[in-house]
Amino acid sequence: MKAKIRKIATFVEETHREMDREISPPTRRAAAVAVIENPCAGKYVEDLSELMVIGEELGELLATRAVAALGIPGPSAESYGKAAAVGENGELEHAAAILHPKLGTSVRRVLGKGAALIPSSKKRGGLGVVLDIPLGHKDAAFVRSHFDGMEVRINDAPRANEIMVAVAVTDSGRPLPRVGGLTKDQIKGEDGLR
Amino acid sequence: MPEVLLRKKLACVEEIFHEGGPPAAKPLRRAAAIAVIRNPYAGHYVAEIESFMDDLKPLGLEMARTLVAALGGDPKIIEGYGKGAIVGSAGELEHGALWHAPGGYGMREVLGGAKAIVASTKKVGGPGTRLDVPITHVNASYVRSHFDSMEVGITDAPRADEILLALVMTTGPRVHARAGGLKASEIKGEDGLR
Repeated sequence: MKAKIRKIATFVEETHREMDREISPPTRRAAAVAVIENPCAGKYVEDLSELMVIGEELGELLATRAVAALGIPGPSAESYGKAAAVGENGELEHAAAILHPKLGTSVRRVLGKGAALIPSSKKRGGLGVVLDIPLGHKDAAFVRSHFDGMEVRINDAPRANEIMVAVAVTDSGRPLPRVGGLTKDQIKGEDGLR
Repeated sequence: MPEVLLRKKLACVEEIFHEGGPPAAKPLRRAAAIAVIRNPYAGHYVAEIESFMDDLKPLGLEMARTLVAALGGDPKIIEGYGKGAIVGSAGELEHGALWHAPGGYGMREVLGGAKAIVASTKKVGGPGTRLDVPITHVNASYVRSHFDSMEVGITDAPRADEILLALVMTTGPRVHARAGGLKASEIKGEDGLR
């Protein structure tokens, strides 16, 4: 593996009640986060292909961990998202190189499908920075019940020369969706939008 | 007897490969199980609260089992533990103390009679409050390599009338432990201390 991983964290969140209503079955989200060395930290590097390859590796590793944490087969995942936080000696573009060119393809390999764009966010920050991973339905971006987000944080990351890379997967939408829009049973799943 | 009303659960697992030194032969793993429940005593002073400890016992056991499962399923590999609580703003610190017995005994039962007192901490706080849960060796509190902690928290908890309950377990010493003191291999294991 090209990525030098210091640490991996997984988070599984289940919502059982919301505004005193029982959520049955509970809505569930999982995120897997890797803390890796940033090989481009501290200097301007023109060619970011090393980070792109790392992104491909991490897409598979983190998506596999996230669905395993939910205890579901990849194709049963309903929504997904990705995010990265670059330590202070890195550049926002390093997060882009990990997230955008290749990570999505390997995430989709694990999930079986994934016609929709994987929503993403990125930032630069210090130890304990909070990442809000945006979430959207994996086959139809317009499914309104699945517009969501998941917050992750690791108190000792990213250090200055590190990058924190996160993939989030759910088996459900928000706990009590009622703002209309496209529903998941109406998905055509051809163009990734509807 | 007040009912235990669960709103949300979160499980986090951290796998630590190194912290700047030689990668560990066996990565250190830490896990936290968190439950957000309604505080049956929020908003007013209630003199008799002790009975709620019995109501919390099944939750303590369930969370302890969640941790063992998250760390691979074998209680024998668990070497450190700790517990904590955050009481929402309409409650009092004493409500957090209700977690001592059910949280501690839940873990001891699942681990087959661990001897050391379970390190703990608690506070009153708003949604998103973080808690550094202290961790010590399960059979001998003085084992220096196992003094550790794990930061936990949930963005939207505890609300004013809620309590956030946490249990943590680890599979070994700090990843580069080298500060001397009593070693795990030197434990007598009689008094829970040494």
